Amino acid sequence: MIETAALSPPLPGHVVKEKVSREDWIMRGVLLAIALFLTVSILLPLYSLMSKGFEDKDGNFTGLANFTEFFSTPALSYSILNSLTITLWTSAIVLILAFTFAYGLTRSCMPLKSLFKGIALVPILMPSLLPAIALVYFFGKQGIISSWLLGYELYGPIGIVMGECIYVFPHALTIMLIAMAMSDARLLEASEALGASKIKTFFTVTLPGMRYGLVSAFFVTFTLVITDFGVPKVLGGKYNVLATDVYKQVVGRQDFEMGAVVSMVLLVPAVLAFFADRIVQRKQVAMLSTRAVPYVPKPSKGYDMAMLGFCCLVGFIILSVLGMAFFASFIKFWPYNMTLGLDHYQFDLMDGGGWASYFNSIELASWTAVVGTIMIFIGAYLVEKSKGFKTGRNLMQFLCIIPMAVPGLALGLAYIFFFNHPDNPLGFLYHTMPILVICTVTHFYTVSHLTAVTALKQMDPEFESVSASLKVPFYKTFRRVTVPVCVPAILDISMYLFVNAMTTVSAVVFLYSPDTTLASVAVLNMDDAGDTAPAAAMGMMIVFTAAAVRLIHSVLTRGLARRTQAWRNR
Amino acid sequence: MCEGKPMADSGAYLKVENLTKKFGDFTALKDISLEIFEGEFVCFLGPSGCGKTTLLRAIAGLDIQTHGRVEQAGLDISGLPPSERNFGIVFQSYALFPNLTVNRNVAYGLENRKTPKPKIDAKVTELLQLVGLPEQGQKYPAQLSGGQQQRVALARALATSPGLLLLDEPLSALDAKVRARLRHEIKDLQLKVGVTTIMVTHDQEEALTMADRIVVMNEGIIEQVGTPEDIYSRPESPFVADFVGTMNFLTGTAAGNGNVKLDGVELAAIGATDSAADGNPITICIRPEDIVTRGVTKDTDNAVPAVVETLEFLGSFYRVTLHTQGPERTEFRADFSINLMRDLDFFEGGNVVVSLPADHIRVYGEAVTHSDEAV
Ligand SMILES: Nc1ncnc2c1ncn2[C@@H]1O[C@H](COP(=O)(O)OP(=O)(O)OP(=O)(O)O)[C@@H](O)[C@H]1O
Ligand SMILES: [Mg+2]
Repeated sequence: MIETAALSPPLPGHVVKEKVSREDWIMRGVLLAIALFLTVSILLPLYSLMSKGFEDKDGNFTGLANFTEFFSTPALSYSILNSLTITLWTSAIVLILAFTFAYGLTRSCMPLKSLFKGIALVPILMPSLLPAIALVYFFGKQGIISSWLLGYELYGPIGIVMGECIYVFPHALTIMLIAMAMSDARLLEASEALGASKIKTFFTVTLPGMRYGLVSAFFVTFTLVITDFGVPKVLGGKYNVLATDVYKQVVGRQDFEMGAVVSMVLLVPAVLAFFADRIVQRKQVAMLSTRAVPYVPKPSKGYDMAMLGFCCLVGFIILSVLGMAFFASFIKFWPYNMTLGLDHYQFDLMDGGGWASYFNSIELASWTAVVGTIMIFIGAYLVEKSKGFKTGRNLMQFLCIIPMAVPGLALGLAYIFFFNHPDNPLGFLYHTMPILVICTVTHFYTVSHLTAVTALKQMDPEFESVSASLKVPFYKTFRRVTVPVCVPAILDISMYLFVNAMTTVSAVVFLYSPDTTLASVAVLNMDDAGDTAPAAAMGMMIVFTAAAVRLIHSVLTRGLARRTQAWRNR
Repeated sequence: MCEGKPMADSGAYLKVENLTKKFGDFTALKDISLEIFEGEFVCFLGPSGCGKTTLLRAIAGLDIQTHGRVEQAGLDISGLPPSERNFGIVFQSYALFPNLTVNRNVAYGLENRKTPKPKIDAKVTELLQLVGLPEQGQKYPAQLSGGQQQRVALARALATSPGLLLLDEPLSALDAKVRARLRHEIKDLQLKVGVTTIMVTHDQEEALTMADRIVVMNEGIIEQVGTPEDIYSRPESPFVADFVGTMNFLTGTAAGNGNVKLDGVELAAIGATDSAADGNPITICIRPEDIVTRGVTKDTDNAVPAVVETLEFLGSFYRVTLHTQGPERTEFRADFSINLMRDLDFFEGGNVVVSLPADHIRVYGEAVTHSDEAV
C-alpha cells in the first residue's frame, strides 16, 4: 500500500527530537529561576570578592600586589600557620573523642544512650561564641578553675582549641555515628568467629571499615574550625587566625581589599577540604551498595562501664559549659556579687541592639526557614525529577554545592562588594532584612539541598512517569504525593535552617544594619565591649529559642509519624 | 477505549519502525520494527539487558528513541512526551502512591479530568471489582500484599481507559504461587477489557501462557515474532530455540535432501531451515520431550540406537541422558514419563533405541554455542 505523505518512512540517521511539553517548560523555568537566584546570591558575589583581591583602594587592577603584601607582612601571613595549628589540634582531639563516644553509643551496651546522644548535640544550639564565653568563666582571669591551666594563658591557642572542640564535637559525632551504623556486623562476627582478639578485630576490621567516616569527619571538622570566627574572636587574644583577620581588616581597619585577600586565602583550605570530602563520600557510597547488617553489641560489664564513664565525662563537660553560660547570665556581678537576677537580660539598656536584635533574629530565622525550605526543596525536586535539560540540571547541581565550600566570612564580605557596588541594580537590598535572608539561605543551602535530595531519591522514580501516563501534571503530583511523603525531610530542613540562622555570626556580621541587628551579632558586640554577662544572656536566649524549635520539631515529627504510620510502615 | 478503526494501512494499532536507541556509545536497540494489532496481548521476552524495558519506555515516551518512529492509532507519536500519548502503565515496583488510599490511587487519573465525583466513585468501585479487590478501597498500599498492590496498579492504569496497556515485569516481584494465579487473572482481565497490551517479561512460561504473540529479543534486536506455539515449536534461530524451553543442541552434518547425519545415522528433518552443502557441519536441535522410545525399533523412521548414561528423577518425569552408539558418542537428553519408565526397562548402561521424529527436528546452519541452562 502507498504511504500517505504524513506517514512517510523515517529518514535513516534522523535523530528524533522530543517535543517539550508545557509542563517541561514550567519545570525548566522554575529550575532556571532558582539557578538565577543562586547565581546572584553566590556566583556573582564570589566573583566580586575575587576581583577585589586584585584591586587597589581606587578600584584599579594591581595584579598580585595585595597578595605580595599579605605574604610579606609577617603579622598577616603568620595567621595561616596559626589557623592550621589550632585546626589540626582541634581535629585530632575531636576525632578521638567523637570516635570513642560514637563507639560507646553503637558498640557497647551502656545505658542511657539516647540521653547521651541528646547531650552531645547540645552545642549545635549555640552560637560558637557561647562556649567560648563560658570558658572565660571557667579559665579566665577570674574563672573558677583558672589554676587548672597551670599558669598557661586561656587567651590564645589553648582557649581556641578548647572552644572549637566543644563547638565541632556534635558535627564530628554525627558523621561517626552514621559511619558506624553503616559498617557491616558480619565482618565483625566473622573476625570473632575466626578467633581474633577484640583488639585485633578493632584494628583489622572496625577501624578500616570506618576510614571514610573518619576522613569525612576530619574534613568537616577542619573546615568548620578554620572558618569559625566566634571562638577565636572571644578567646584569640593576640593570637591571630585567618578568620579573625578578615574581621579585623574589614571592621577594624576598613581595609576591604586586604579583607578580600585574607578571605581568599581562607577559601583555599575550605575548598580543598570540600573537594576531598566529596571524593571520599563518593567512595563511601560505593562501599555501601551491599546491604550492611547492623551490629548488635553483647553486654560486657567492665567494658560497658568504661564506655559509660567516658560518655559521662564528655557529657558532663558539655553540660557544664552550657550550665556555666546559663548561670553566668543570671549572676549579678561576677565574682563579687554572686546573687541571681535578670539584670543581664535588660538588653535594651546595653549596646548591641537590645531586645530588637533578638526579635530580628527570630524574624530572620523564620524567613530563612520558610523561604529557604520551599526554594531548596523545589530546587532539589527539579534537579532530581525533571526530564531532559541535562545542561540546566548539571549547572543547577553545581550551583547547589558551591555554598558549602564558601566560608561565611567570605560570603558576607562578598555580599558587601557585590550588593554595595554603586552600579548594582540590586543595591537597594543592602542593609535590609531580605539581604540577610538571602545570605543565610545561601550559606546553608548545600546541606539542606543534600537532605532533600536524599529524601527524594528514596521515592519511587516512576511516580512522575505514572502521573504523566495518567495525564496529571507534575505539580499536582508534587503537591499530592511528593510533599506529603517528604514531610519529615522538609521539617528537618526547616529546623536546620532556623537553628543555623539563629546561631550564625560569620556571614551576617558584615551585613546587618542599625535596623537589623541580630542576636548572635549582639553577643559578639557585647562581649567585645566587655559586657560578658549580657553576652552570655543573649547567647542563652538563642539557645532557649533553638531548643524550643527543636522540641517543636520533634513533637511534630513524632505526631506525624503516628498519624501517617498506616502508610509509612512497609 | 480507542474509538474508530486505526487508519494505518496494515491495520496495525501500534507500529514501531526502525527504532534505534543509544545510551552514549552503547546501542541498546538496533533498528527494531514491529507491528501490534488492536486488542492483542504481546509479550516482549528476552534475557536480562536485551532491551525490553528500553523498547517499552520508548513506546511510552518515557525514554525517547534516538532514531525511528512510533505510530499509535495512525498517529505519529515518535517525539511526543508521555503526557500527550495514550497509554496506561504498570511498573515492576507498582509505583503506588503510598500516602493515598487504594481508592484515591485508582481515582488519581480520573480526578484530574473534571469527571463528576459520583462518576469517579462508581468507576473506582467497578475497577476494584474487576481486579478482585472490592473491599480494599480504604486501605493504604502498604497494608496490602504484593499481589493486591499489583492489582491496584493495574486498576489505576486502566482507570482512564487507555488505548494501550504497558506492563513492565508486573509479576516478577511476587512469589511463584501468586504469580501463577495472577497470570490468568491478568489475561482474563485483558480479554474482558479488550485493551491492546504489551507485557515485558524474562519468564518464558509467563510469555507462553499469556501472550497472543511473543516478541523474542536478544541484544537489542528482535529474534522472532510469533504465537507461543510458533516460538516453542518452530524457533527460527538457535537463540530462540535455546532461550525458550529445553533443547538438545547436537552437532551433525548435512546429508542432502534436507536430511542430516547424527554420528553416522541418517535422519530425515522437516524443520531444516538451512540448506548447507553435504558434509558441512550443522546443528541439530530437538526438545527432550519430543524424543520417542515406546514402540521404537531399529526400523522406525529416524531411529537412533543409544546407550543410557544417567537417569534423573524430576518429579513428574525422568530426564534421561543418552549417547549415540557411533564413534562420536554424541550426548543428548530425553524426557520420559514415569508411566513409560515403569513399562520399559531402563537402567544406566543399558542399550535402547529412540526415535527423533522428523517434524520435531530443527536444523541450523552453523555450529552453535549455547548456554546449558537448567529449567
Ligand atoms: N539509562 C541508561 N543508560 C545507559 N545504559 C542503559 C540505560 N538504560 C538501559 N541501559 C542499557 O541498555 C540495555 C538494555 O536495558 P533494558 O533495561 O532495556 O534491559 P531489559 O531487557 O529490560 O533487562 P531486564 O530484564 O534486566 O530488565 C542494558 O545493557 C542496559 O545496561
Ligand atoms: Mg527491564
